[in-house]
Amino acid sequence: MKKTFKLIDLDCANCAAKMENAIKKIDGVTDASVSFMAQKMTIEADSAQFDGIMKQVVKVCKKVEPDCEIVL
Amino acid sequence: MTRKQKKMFSRILIAFVVFIAALLLPAIWLPGPIPLISVGQDRNGCGGYALARWPIFLIPYLIIGWDILWKAARNIRNGQVFDENFLMCVATIGALIIGEYPEAVAVMLFYQVGELFQNVAVSRSRQSISALMDIRPDYANIQRDGQLVQVDPEEVAVEDVIVIKAGERVPLDGTVLEGTSALDTAALTGESLPRDVGVGDEVISGCVNLSGLLHVKVSKPFGQSTVARILDLVENSSEKKAQAEHFITKFARYYTPIVVFAALALAVVPSLTTGQWGTWVPRALNFLVVSCPCALVISIPLSFFGGIGGASKQGILVKGSNYLEALAQVGVVVFDKTGTLTQGEFAVTAVHPEGIGEGELLELAALAEQFSTHPISKSIVAAWGGTPDQGRAAEVEEVAGHGVRAVIDGRQVLAGNRKLMDRENISVALDHDHPGTVIHVAVEGKYAGHLVIADRPKATSAQALRELKAAGVRETVMLTGDAQGAAQAVAQELGLDQFYAQLLPADKVERVEALLQEKKPRETLVFVGDGINDAPVLSRADIGVAMGALGSDAAIEAADIVLMDDDLLKLPVAVRIASQTLSIVRQNVVFALGVKLLVLALSAAGRANMWAAVFADVGVSVLAILNASRMLKAK
Repeated sequence: MKKTFKLIDLDCANCAAKMENAIKKIDGVTDASVSFMAQKMTIEADSAQFDGIMKQVVKVCKKVEPDCEIVL
Repeated sequence: MTRKQKKMFSRILIAFVVFIAALLLPAIWLPGPIPLISVGQDRNGCGGYALARWPIFLIPYLIIGWDILWKAARNIRNGQVFDENFLMCVATIGALIIGEYPEAVAVMLFYQVGELFQNVAVSRSRQSISALMDIRPDYANIQRDGQLVQVDPEEVAVEDVIVIKAGERVPLDGTVLEGTSALDTAALTGESLPRDVGVGDEVISGCVNLSGLLHVKVSKPFGQSTVARILDLVENSSEKKAQAEHFITKFARYYTPIVVFAALALAVVPSLTTGQWGTWVPRALNFLVVSCPCALVISIPLSFFGGIGGASKQGILVKGSNYLEALAQVGVVVFDKTGTLTQGEFAVTAVHPEGIGEGELLELAALAEQFSTHPISKSIVAAWGGTPDQGRAAEVEEVAGHGVRAVIDGRQVLAGNRKLMDRENISVALDHDHPGTVIHVAVEGKYAGHLVIADRPKATSAQALRELKAAGVRETVMLTGDAQGAAQAVAQELGLDQFYAQLLPADKVERVEALLQEKKPRETLVFVGDGINDAPVLSRADIGVAMGALGSDAAIEAADIVLMDDDLLKLPVAVRIASQTLSIVRQNVVFALGVKLLVLALSAAGRANMWAAVFADVGVSVLAILNASRMLKAK
């Protein structure tokens, strides 16, 4: 399943790259892309565990860039 | 500026004022010595104790830098060590410790100014790109209980009737039931000439209704309408990243740690051998400031984003940065003939009568062919221009694969191909080798001449091919299912380098594969088609370009780059935008890395102060962003 989320206050391009790398490492995530320009994040992951994966995504993003908020 | 940016701006102003005050402040005398915050000083010839400078400068430092310190601490706790906040903290705290108080504050101030500027520049360009793509309709007018109400386009169902007033944007795709108007398609196609629509015509969402009132029956829900699909496509284009972007994120991952360790080495190794800590530590601190890769990481996606935005303004949709990158290296362009280089419509291109008048020949042929629905027959009737009178033609008989036999005004008329003439034993004076289809006409058993019917090249095709050559395309190739003669004529007229005729759809894929083998290693192959029947070829080529996509879902789906209208001249424009984007990307990489390496070298040699280092960080970022934003005006 592929889903797109809006990001608020994603202020630095390097953070976007770091977030993307961190999300890709989460189990069950097949692909992820964080676009600094569009302030958007697209995650492709296993449908069955999607909610659980999203929780982890929020957690790793908070670690990299605490100011950035994911609109779920 | 956003609220956040305004707040930052006032913080910078306050810090700046306090900083100037701290610089100008005369010595503050203390009644006695206080450990750490007092310094012994000469006061009018006798000893006294003055307030040390560091608590004074600490005030502006904290005003301007508290959030950086806080973020650095928080990020270290989260395991993110080498981020720019941390680096700025180490550099400025280091400066404070070695007694360079004004420098520490100034560097922090300068850094924050740069960050703010960078922030504003990025959000400005982001906004202007979004504005380029602002074709989303806000509402649809719908009749409810006899009244016109505004609803969200997403709520409108298929088969509903919507009303579009002059000046409004068409919210959904549909068919006109009532009214006539002119539509401005510029936002979708870049084409400035309005398109006239009347009852029965299709209208496409995203266009602007210029003059009349239109009642339109909706044919697709909003999610599948042209405008929603285009927006979706452009917004997702940043997902497909170019190699340059991948390179730079990878580079950033190694660059920062390497520079940080180099700084550490620079601080420790020479100091241990020479003992001059005071010389080497400040030099090492400069390294830390320069180590942030942000200039690169921001400006490269921004350049691509700008290129994609600029292209979409011209009616060229690019589905990803990678395609823009590939398009900049285009070497071979392969065209489908019908509908791409040519209009895809048959027209009479020549009339050669024998023994009768030109008009009479056309008239006889048109009257004989009037009942046929074949495109060739239609083109003859269209060329004649009159309204065929059914009463004048009798005993009309279609001879399958040959032509038509009819009695016109009492005369026996034959119209058809060579085979028909042979069958009826009518001698054709010359064996004409015309590009296109030849329709021979005979009257009362006597040859009366022939008509040549061909698919005309588009008016702009030849110019587009010339411009492609000028933009660096090495070879142009045409593929067609048409006969050799017709293909050759078009290829010569337009100046194509190669053509392959009489190809079946499957042969086209094979041809493209062969051409892919032949091309040079660092160039790409573009296939241009109209998106109908050529999806396999579009996906096989390095870049598939579909044109005339307005209203054709299949084309938008199959292609990597979509030209919204039928104008082939958009292709050289796309190539130019791609090359320009790539050259800006290269400029930014070279410039940013060049300045950073230069400042690193100068710092190691003790020739650059912290000001230069901050310039190499935020100053370079800002310049690179400004350079990237030039793409927004690409033509």
